[in-house]
This record gives sequence, structure tokens and C-alpha cells, in this order.
Amino acid sequence: MRKFIKYSFSDLVRSYWTIIYFLFFAIISSAILYFSADMTKSIVSIMNVVIVLIPLVSIIFSTIYYYNSREFTELLLAQPIKRSSLILGQYTGLALSLSLSFLAGVSIPFIAGGILASEHFLDFLLILLAGTCLSFSMSAIAYMTALRHENKILGFGISLFIWFFLAVLYDGLIMLLLVLFREYPTNSLAIVMTLLNPIDLSRVSIMLGLDISALMGYTGAVFLKFFGTMRGLPISLLSMLLWILVPAYFMVRIANKKDF
Amino acid sequence: MPSVNMNRLFYILILLMSPLQGHSTLLEVGSDKDFRTIMEAVGLAGKGDTILIHSGLYREGSIDIRTPMVILGIDDPVIDGESTYEIMRIYADSVTVKGITFKDVGISYVEDRSAIRLIKSKHSVVESNKLVNAFFGIYLEHCRDILVRDNTIQGNARMESNSGNAIHLWYCKEIQIEGNYAEGHRDGIYLEFVDNSVVKDNTIKNNLRYGLHFMFSDNDLYLNNRFEHNGAGVAVMFSKYIQMEQNDFINNWGSSAYGLLLKEITDSEISNNRFTRNTTGIYAEGVNRTNIHHNDFSRNGWALNILGSCSDINVHGNNFLYNSFDVSTNSSRNYNTYDGNFWSDNTNAYDLDRDGVSDVPYRPVKLFSYMIGYMQSSTILMRSLLVDLVNYAEKVAPVITPHNLIDNKPLMRRIEHDRDSGIK
Repeated sequence: MRKFIKYSFSDLVRSYWTIIYFLFFAIISSAILYFSADMTKSIVSIMNVVIVLIPLVSIIFSTIYYYNSREFTELLLAQPIKRSSLILGQYTGLALSLSLSFLAGVSIPFIAGGILASEHFLDFLLILLAGTCLSFSMSAIAYMTALRHENKILGFGISLFIWFFLAVLYDGLIMLLLVLFREYPTNSLAIVMTLLNPIDLSRVSIMLGLDISALMGYTGAVFLKFFGTMRGLPISLLSMLLWILVPAYFMVRIANKKDF
Repeated sequence: MPSVNMNRLFYILILLMSPLQGHSTLLEVGSDKDFRTIMEAVGLAGKGDTILIHSGLYREGSIDIRTPMVILGIDDPVIDGESTYEIMRIYADSVTVKGITFKDVGISYVEDRSAIRLIKSKHSVVESNKLVNAFFGIYLEHCRDILVRDNTIQGNARMESNSGNAIHLWYCKEIQIEGNYAEGHRDGIYLEFVDNSVVKDNTIKNNLRYGLHFMFSDNDLYLNNRFEHNGAGVAVMFSKYIQMEQNDFINNWGSSAYGLLLKEITDSEISNNRFTRNTTGIYAEGVNRTNIHHNDFSRNGWALNILGSCSDINVHGNNFLYNSFDVSTNSSRNYNTYDGNFWSDNTNAYDLDRDGVSDVPYRPVKLFSYMIGYMQSSTILMRSLLVDLVNYAEKVAPVITPHNLIDNKPLMRRIEHDRDSGIK
């Protein structure tokens, strides 16, 4: 499997699109830093980019990558190798290259912009962690979907819908539930719903550092207590990890059963 | 009348007055001085005498002062209330108490015991004293023209129900409270029915309830104070003609915490203050004809929370910097004006005629802040894409937020006030 990771990673790192992805982050981070003199503002902007665009790009890129390398995969599968290690290797190489583009693209401008000495350094680390986790989990979901569906358009459609659901519709659902159950204490419901969505989980974890003053009021303190302390951290990390491992498991299962 | 006679009259007057002035005697208290206890010295002191208290620990119960005199501490004498007594009660006018440490006032649920209490006193001075572990610190009732300056008041209050205020004023006029430091009490400074007074240059920290609390007090000025980490910020209630200038409101956090809580205030002026990292910068309820200008609101949860019961508030020339919410309100109508501020969230601003004012107006109220008021657990959706979309839709076509709550002249650049907030 290590060999597959190596091949797929080195293939992707040299590819045109990974460099564009890297440049995209580098340019957008520099622009954010250049146009807003305040580090708080920059962190907020980059957070929005991370929680919206990383899932989207990861999903699209992974789907394209799978469909494009499908013939090569078929060729490799003719050799005596395990399906699971091939698929997992490809996926890991892909997710690694996406994460690397993101990490390098964001870190270089921000470090040059003085994030290391800023009070937001921890928030920034959290953004890096969240972005990496999101890259891994979203590309796993996309890879799984693409494996499942031979029809490219259907595969694409489903992947995009998953993104749209997690990034936008899911929050609408939360809002709806909170309105419906307004008469009841809904704090725990909100926490559980957040844990079940990787994008929301990333957003809330980062938000805690940024809007701490607002969260200290009203029920925000409850969320702060859960997500901002040691009690909530292992649960958040576990949930994030599950969002990587579960799609990866299904990916292997589908690959094993699939008639290539 | 020739002028010679006037001169003579003047000398006669001087002569007549001299017995009134008398001789100012010096009475010294200390372990090796004429008087061993403060009580003896106070008992013998005449009008205008000076008592010097030398260093040492004095345990004398409650000391009552009924004649005008000056009481000075030399080398930090300590008067101990033994956690039982009220320490010093001043009934006379023109008393000066300076340079003494008062400690351990008794806690009572029946009477408000304090370290220094002035009752119906005029022209007195309480200066440079140190109050440690007092129930109430300095207590003024029915006083006039008193100076309370440079005192350090350190309490260790744990619960609101069994703690007192550091400086407590009740039915007073023309009081100056300057340069004091108050920590660890219920309220830092409490004023009730106090008119024409000045609260200046004080530092008020870590108090359980309010840093500063005003009730029914008119025509007062609060200048250049610093309020930090108090249980619930600063409260000004049922007062008029109040000026609040150049104060710092910092880190007042909590579900009922405000930088500045205004309730039933009219004709007041709030200017050149800095509100930094409070849950709510200014909370206004029933406020009329009040100007809020040249303040910096930075990184608060809510910069302004102006309820529907307010009218004719004029918010202009302020900087709103990176607050989670700039303005929120609970009403769909608006009777206040918000022109000419700088809003860091105003990303749509452009200025073709280059006059420093954006060519498009700005709506500082977000729909989401209503939503939070309506169901508080929706805080969890803050900064989500959906919320941005909803806010945007409301901004384009306001349905729920007041359609006329709008800054018609939002500034393109932040205003450089005389006092910079230090936040870049």
C-alpha cells in the first residue's frame, strides 16, 4: 500500500491541478492579509474559505481523479495485488496531496504575515487541522461515491449534493429543528447535530476562538463549555476521525465487491 | 466713605474671626506618644486639631468623630475592625482622613457596616487610605462636597448576598471620586440619589456585580475610568444628564454582562469610550435623547443592543471593529439615527466621489441577531454559510429588521480618535 500512496502522491504533486490549488490558497491568503490590516478579520475570512471551499474542491477533485485514473486502476488490478491496498493507497495519496497544497498555500503567507506572534496563533492551528481533516474526509466521501457509481454524471451529482447538503442544507435542518422544538431546551440537540456534520464541527471549533465574547452570553456558554474544553475535544476529534474512517471503510467494501 | 475706614473694618473683622480659628493643636497617637489610643485623642481634640497616628495596630471598636479635625496616618498605621465593628464614623464637617489602613470590617445582614462612614458631613476629604477586607468600604450618606481620592479598596467578596460595595454613596451632592482602585466587592462604586458629582480616573476590577452602579443620579460626569472583568459591567439606571467620557470597558463577560447597561436614561452623552471584548458593549432600554459618539467598539459579542423602547439616540462617528454583531434590536421599528460611523463589516462600501463616505448606505442589523434572540441555541449556527445567505437576503430586502435602521453615510476609513483603541 505504501508504494501506491507514494506513486499516487508523487503523480499528483507534480500535476497541474495540485499546483493551481496551492497557488489558489497562496494567492487568496495573501490577498486576505493584504486587504485587511487586522488579523482577526483575516482569520475569519480564511475560515470561511476553509469550511466552504475545501470540502467542495476536495469532492470535485477526488471525483475527477478517480474517473480519470479508472483505466489505469483497471490495468493495475490485472496484476496480483490487493484491491483494498490499491484503492486506499490512491485515496491516501490524493488526500495527502490536497492537504499539502492547502497547508503550504495557507501557511506561507500567514507566517510571512506574522501569525506566529499573533494572539490568533491557536485559532490558525485549528484552521489548519480542520482543513486537513476536511480534505481527508471529503475526498473519502467522493472516492466512495465515485467507486459506487459507474455513471460519471450521477457520481458527480451525488458528490456535489453531499457537499451542498453538509455545507448548507444541514444547517437549515438544524435551524428548522431548533424552531420546531423552541419550547424545549435544545442545546444538547444543537451540540449533537453539530457533531454529526464534519463541516459544522470544523466551523464551531474555529468559531469558539473568534466569537468568544458573544458566546459568553446566552446559551453560547454551554457550547463553549462543550467544544472549548477537554471534555468535548476527544469527542470532536473522534467524530472527525469517524468521518474519515467510515467512508474509507465503505470505499474498501465497495471496491472489493465491485465488478471492474 | 474714604478707603481708610474700609481698611479698619477689615482689620476688625480679622480680629473678630481669630478666636474662631483658634490654635490648631497636634495630638500624636502611638505606642510611645502622648496618646496610646485613637479614641483618647479624638475625645480631647478640638475643632481643627490634627491627630497624627503613628504606625502600629489599633483595635478600638468603632471610632466616632464629631468635631472637624484632620486625622493623618504616619508610616502606615492599621486600624482593625476585628471582623466585628464598623471602624470609623464621621458626623462632623471638614474632616480629613488620610494615609491609614483599615482592615476587617464586620459583616452584618442588618446594618451596612463600613470602614469609613460619613454621615451628613460637608467639605471632608478621604484620601490615600487602604481598605482591606471591608464589608462596605467608604460609605457616604447625606453628604455634600466630599473628596474621595486615591484610596485602594481590596475586598474578597464571594457572593452578592453577603458582600458590600467598595464606595457607596446615598443622597449626596457634589462629590468627587478620583483615582481610586476598587476590587473584590459587590459593586465597585455605587451611587444612589447622587447629583452633580464626578467619578474620575478610577480603576475598578473583578467586582461581583457592577463596576459602577448609578441609580436616580442626575447631572453627573464619569470620566477616564477603567472597568475590567466585573460580573456585569457598568449600570446606569433612572438618571438624566449624565456624561460618560473616555472610559474603558474591558472583558465584561457573561450571560448578563454588559460593558454599559443603560436603563431609563435621558439627555446623556456617551463619548470617546472604548468597549473591548464585552459580551454586550452597550445595552440600552428606555433611553431617550442620548448621543453616542466617537467610541470604539472592538471585538464585542454585541456592540450595541438598542431595544425598541429607545428613541432619539444618535449614534455617530463611532468605530465598530470586528464585533460578532454590530447592532441588534428587538423591534421592527427604529426611532434612532446611526449615520456616519465606520463599520468593519461593511464590505460593500465604495466611494467614487472620494469624499470618505461610502456611496451606498449600510444596514448594521443582521437578521441572524434576531434569530439568536428568538431561539438562543441557534448561536451554534454562527458564521455558517446558510446564515450568511439569510443575512444577505434580508439585507437586500429587509422584512424583519427595521427598514430605516440604516447608516446613510458609512465612513470608508476608521476614525482616528484622540484615544486610539490600540487594536489594529
